[in-house]
Amino acid sequence: MATQQTIAAAPIAEPAMRRRRWPQEMSILLVLLGVALLFEVLGWFVQGQSFLANVSRLQIIVLQVSVIGIIAVGVTQVIITGGIDLSSGSVVAMTAMIAATFAQSSSWPKVFYPSLTDLPWFVPLAVGLAIGAMAGVVNGLLIAYTGIPPFIATLGMMVSARGVSRWYTNGNPVSGFTDDFTLIGDGLGRWAPVFIFLGVAAFFHLAMRYTRFGKFTYAIGANVQAARVSGINIRAHLIKVYAIAGVLAGLAGIVLIARTKTAQAGMGMMYELDAIAASVIGGVSLTGGQGRVSGTVIGALILGVMISGFTFLRVDAYYQDIIKGGIIIGAVIVDQYRQSRRAKKS
Amino acid sequence: MASPQAAVAAREDRAAPRSEYLMEVERVRKEFPGVLALNDVSFKLKRGTVHALMGENGAGKSTLMKIIAGIYHPDAGEIRLNGEKVRLESPLDALENGIAMIHQELNLMNFMTVAENIWIRREPKNRFGLIDHAEMRRKTEALFKRLRIDIDPEVEVRHLSVANRQMVEIAKAVSYDSDILIMDEPTSALTEREVEHLFEIIQDLRGQGIGIVYITHKMSELFRIADEVSVFRDGRYIGTHSSKDVTRDDIIRMMVGREITQMFPKEEVPIGDVVLSVKDLSLAGVFHDVTFDVRAGEILGLAGLVGSGRSNVAETLFGVTPATSGSIAIKGRPIVIDSPNTAIRNGMAFLTEDRKETGCFLVLGVQENMQVAVLQEHFVSVGIVSERELASACQSMSEKLRVKTPSLFERIENLSGGNQQKVLIGRWLLTNPKILILDEPTRGIDVGAKAEIHRLVTQLARQGVAVIMISSEMPEVLGMSDRIMVMHEGHVTGFLGRAEADQVKIMELAAR
Repeated sequence: MATQQTIAAAPIAEPAMRRRRWPQEMSILLVLLGVALLFEVLGWFVQGQSFLANVSRLQIIVLQVSVIGIIAVGVTQVIITGGIDLSSGSVVAMTAMIAATFAQSSSWPKVFYPSLTDLPWFVPLAVGLAIGAMAGVVNGLLIAYTGIPPFIATLGMMVSARGVSRWYTNGNPVSGFTDDFTLIGDGLGRWAPVFIFLGVAAFFHLAMRYTRFGKFTYAIGANVQAARVSGINIRAHLIKVYAIAGVLAGLAGIVLIARTKTAQAGMGMMYELDAIAASVIGGVSLTGGQGRVSGTVIGALILGVMISGFTFLRVDAYYQDIIKGGIIIGAVIVDQYRQSRRAKKS
Repeated sequence: MASPQAAVAAREDRAAPRSEYLMEVERVRKEFPGVLALNDVSFKLKRGTVHALMGENGAGKSTLMKIIAGIYHPDAGEIRLNGEKVRLESPLDALENGIAMIHQELNLMNFMTVAENIWIRREPKNRFGLIDHAEMRRKTEALFKRLRIDIDPEVEVRHLSVANRQMVEIAKAVSYDSDILIMDEPTSALTEREVEHLFEIIQDLRGQGIGIVYITHKMSELFRIADEVSVFRDGRYIGTHSSKDVTRDDIIRMMVGREITQMFPKEEVPIGDVVLSVKDLSLAGVFHDVTFDVRAGEILGLAGLVGSGRSNVAETLFGVTPATSGSIAIKGRPIVIDSPNTAIRNGMAFLTEDRKETGCFLVLGVQENMQVAVLQEHFVSVGIVSERELASACQSMSEKLRVKTPSLFERIENLSGGNQQKVLIGRWLLTNPKILILDEPTRGIDVGAKAEIHRLVTQLARQGVAVIMISSEMPEVLGMSDRIMVMHEGHVTGFLGRAEADQVKIMELAAR
């Protein structure tokens, strides 16, 4: 009799098993295509030229997306744990300033450390990543051990790191990098940042899906109590995740100064919000436990295409910000709607 | 189709009931992706009766109740209130039509007071249009007096015990002057005395002509309180009977479509050496000087009233709240369990009491829920998970435990309670534990799944696992345990062997 029970239930359950699940990324990808096509059409109407058939424009889009995208890969992981990182933009500036002083060429007239010039490219890179990691670890320690909300911990870091970046050179910009170092930003036919971004994104996309680390990150975001009882060391894990976010913000800072060839304390302003927006648009849920790095990559591209598209259509920069704000809110509304539909299903 | 307003008007006309039935549900159908939750279900509620709904988890009771409470909308079929056809658009709509639901999971706002929770959206106002707290307090006290509930209306809900929160929920539902009250397993978090109290309240309400729909898994409650009982199975309505005319076995047969010969398939298995030895274990302010041994193959029952410290002992053993003093030894080797991770590495497993809060990752899939503990030590090399082996281990575990799910990728929140519990048990069995701690392993689970879990626990004991089982259900403790440890207010008050233990002796030790 017992076996009959299971058989009786099977015909209802089976169609769901066969139905191939439509990956969430596909719908975001469609949004990206839709947005690009919209600008293409508007381009012909308003500007009388193509938006997409312009290699240098596309290159600028992906180059701009790269820096935000690298940050967003880290922020995505933080959001999946159910947290948030507001410090990334300031960490970009802090690492940029400090790393820049180790990247100067002896031929430059105003050198910050006269004894430390012409260092190989990996020295400033390592310094930058280490500074980023430190900032991330501090965020993680605060969140894991004091129990203050991630919002507050990283807000504090956001203010302090910005302070460090101003204090470090008394607000003076740093330039005159070695040619070696600037290759990080414009090597490989100026595509280097894009390769770095895609490499980072691919690495963490796979890490989130196929490593224990990734699986535990989702578990913590889905239910931190259950994760703890299941033997996950929540504190150590959170510190790692925030450290990764810090390292990636540091990497973004390095790429940014290597590309622009100057470091300024005001760099990276509001990048944290763009990174969060890219994640959210890419389907990462702010309630934690859900989302993918691949979605975030597409989310960042959507943001980049929109900014470029508005500029192309000569929409005033002020309007751009206003519209961008609306898009971020729209993405969260869509996310909430998806959540509530799922909740109703149960 | 009548508007809800018309039905409200009809309801006010209580003096002249048009129909013998308060509510008639006719041929209701509800489908979710991949699951036909209700298949042409009909159901009738007479006024002034308690109508029990029974069925395994996933049988459709909760879905039907959510339709009646306006949370879900039926795909087909109709609902008539007092003979009048209605369409309930929302829970608010249902409330205004005199239907109040007391949810299985409590829905109170923790940082608001009891009175604020009860009168929310209907707060009495003073002449400045501000909330009249004194009046609200008076109304709450009057309500509590009527229901003989003793809770301070001004205290914040978060300070209340689970049982008291349940009472507040019930008072809130009653405060709407509803004609129909839906109670979804109201006693699952209550102690025996509180259950008695609840039954008195239910009887009063029935006397006032209110119809009560009572979802339960407990057979004893059914015969205590219900006038009629309807049974559901796999989304179908099976039948309605007067509770006087049916026996327990009849109902079980209707529920599962099969005979359950033995509820607690306890086997005598050889008891081995001491596996876990606990000495003078204390958690300051919570429990004190707990000392016991568990042997391989032994099932140690842990009995006591809610709040006696049973679950706290389990949490401390597993390192969730590390002990403040005392010692633990596994197979004679003393160890300090400072975190769940240490416990897992020493062969322990812990099925927690609260499936939703500390068990399930609701937004994740079945496999993701099942794999999390075993990944601490297995299926991983240099951080990378061997996907294929892990998936096949989870697959065979879910087949072994007969988890009913469309696939391993299905979100666990879409599974019924019994199946969720099986997934969580699977999580621990994958780790091959030597010591298994089960806290209320069958709470809120249907009879069929319950018997399966009992059989499984017995089987594990036979394989030499030392089992500690906490349960509020006396028959379960008595039926499954080799030995029973009873706790009262943070102290162990005694041990009872299988032969000598009975309900009375346990209660004597538990209630003192």
